Amino acid sequence: MLAIEKPLTGNMRGDGSPVDIDAYEAGGGYQALRKILHGMEPKQVTQEIKSANLRGRGGAGFSTGTKWSFVPLGPDVPNPTYLVCNADEMEPGTFKDRLLMERDPHQLIEGMIVACYAIEGDVAYIFLRNEYRLCAERISRALAEAYDRNYLGKNILGSGFNLEMRLHISAGRYMCGEESGLLNALEGKRANPRLKPPYPTTAGLFGKPTVVNNVETLCCVPHIINHGAEWFRALSHSDDGGTKLYGVSGKVKRPGLWELPMGTPVREILEDHAGGMRDGLKLRGLVPGGASTEFITDADLDLPMDFKGLAKAGSRMGTGTMIVLDDNTCPVGMTWNLMQFFARESCGWCTPCWSGLGWAERLLAAMEDGNGEQGDIEKLEQLAKWWSPGNTFCALAPGAAEPLQSALKHFRDDFERHIREGHCPHH
Amino acid sequence: MLTAEEIGEIEHEAKNYPVRSAVTIDALQIVQRHRGWVSDEAIQDLANHLGVSKADLDSVASFYNLIYRHRVGRHVIHLCDSVSCWVMGYRQVREELEKQLGIDFGGTTADSRFTFLPVVCLGCCDHAPAMLIDGDLHTDLSPGSIANTLERYL
Repeated sequence: MLAIEKPLTGNMRGDGSPVDIDAYEAGGGYQALRKILHGMEPKQVTQEIKSANLRGRGGAGFSTGTKWSFVPLGPDVPNPTYLVCNADEMEPGTFKDRLLMERDPHQLIEGMIVACYAIEGDVAYIFLRNEYRLCAERISRALAEAYDRNYLGKNILGSGFNLEMRLHISAGRYMCGEESGLLNALEGKRANPRLKPPYPTTAGLFGKPTVVNNVETLCCVPHIINHGAEWFRALSHSDDGGTKLYGVSGKVKRPGLWELPMGTPVREILEDHAGGMRDGLKLRGLVPGGASTEFITDADLDLPMDFKGLAKAGSRMGTGTMIVLDDNTCPVGMTWNLMQFFARESCGWCTPCWSGLGWAERLLAAMEDGNGEQGDIEKLEQLAKWWSPGNTFCALAPGAAEPLQSALKHFRDDFERHIREGHCPHH
Repeated sequence: MLTAEEIGEIEHEAKNYPVRSAVTIDALQIVQRHRGWVSDEAIQDLANHLGVSKADLDSVASFYNLIYRHRVGRHVIHLCDSVSCWVMGYRQVREELEKQLGIDFGGTTADSRFTFLPVVCLGCCDHAPAMLIDGDLHTDLSPGSIANTLERYL
């Protein structure tokens, strides 16, 4: 039953070594590919993914099948059509895609081949962050194995379907995780965002139709094809289909990563799986899914970790990997650290971001050093408002506003105390 | 001048893209892998080879965190300063590294043994704090473990 309950990780080896192609095939690998090549039309594949309620696991949660359906199909479409796997996992606090790539690279490759078949893709790239050396090594080997057995290349398994797949190793910048910034990086340029529309599904990489999907999203695809949309929806506790890799970091007893039904309550992940807070520490709050999500507090722990559930607390699931704030750690310091990250990684393209993030970072640095002034909190609130969606080209600054605004709301006393007392009470 | 080996590797990667200039970031990484860093001279040579302007190429080179436009030491330390590591004791680890190396972020030791830089979240937050040295991942760091780790990089 384990393999059914944990489709993404159930086949992984306990010793940390990767599932090689023989083991992958023995566990039912590349059966989804055979199934679609010899019996499904591209549109049927997309429909199955849409019916499964698979939502993007990179953070934004857009319906994967709907995204695929935006790609124009047929003989009149300008070639080539591209698929890009966003494997640029750089959202602070996020460590889920690394596991999927290191331990079961063929699962990702098969998901990408199926996705390409559905969008009539000709070329696929895996856009991998530079620091994930082991992923690069194992993906390269898996790609060679897949070419060797004709799962990639010309006339795949005699079907007439052709696909080339390449690994691109980034030179490192958080902006590369933003869909259109990623496409610029893949074209050999600075990873500045592009104005949308047009969306990449009609004019993306090198101006051609392009789908960009996250690693975990693509890893779900073969399982949906093998077992059906209904099975995938039933894995979940909520409307969003499937399982989810949930992670916890910070001062809990057992930091880690677990594949659980989508919609598992925050409390269950934090207490049953991560073992709760370390002895002597209390929970003050957590960001549920990476740096770009709003803090929630202990009042919100019974909410389900899914795309809709956390909206009730004004937050988002994001990447599903939570970072815990304990009562011995300064919320102002943690917010400063987050703003320092966003300010440094801003690409400099639009003013609210490059100017505003640096300003917020300096205000928070001064506050943490005991040099905060009356009015600083209001300035920070105003800055965060200026970063709201619609004021910037991409989601980086709106993402930075999420932890800042929520920290100012939930931990206001701490901010006020820093200014009033002229020092950080935690130092 | 680019070496024949560098040119060979760049042309091999260039086959992966329909547009020649798309190989720019791979090319910068190839040059850096051979020389340790990317000098002004290398930027000029690469720009000539790829048929792009020197200014355009430098704007790309300087954009990416892991392209070094200054000479670096024999070993490059990238200490994660993102939020999970920050919560788990990054500051104490950084202070210990500064003490042992005698330099701050951006610095290179006088004997050119180490360059010390920050890096974005390394994606091993359940084993924070973490750092990379020459691409090797070191996790669950504490101030007490730093000296032993550094000894492995001469």
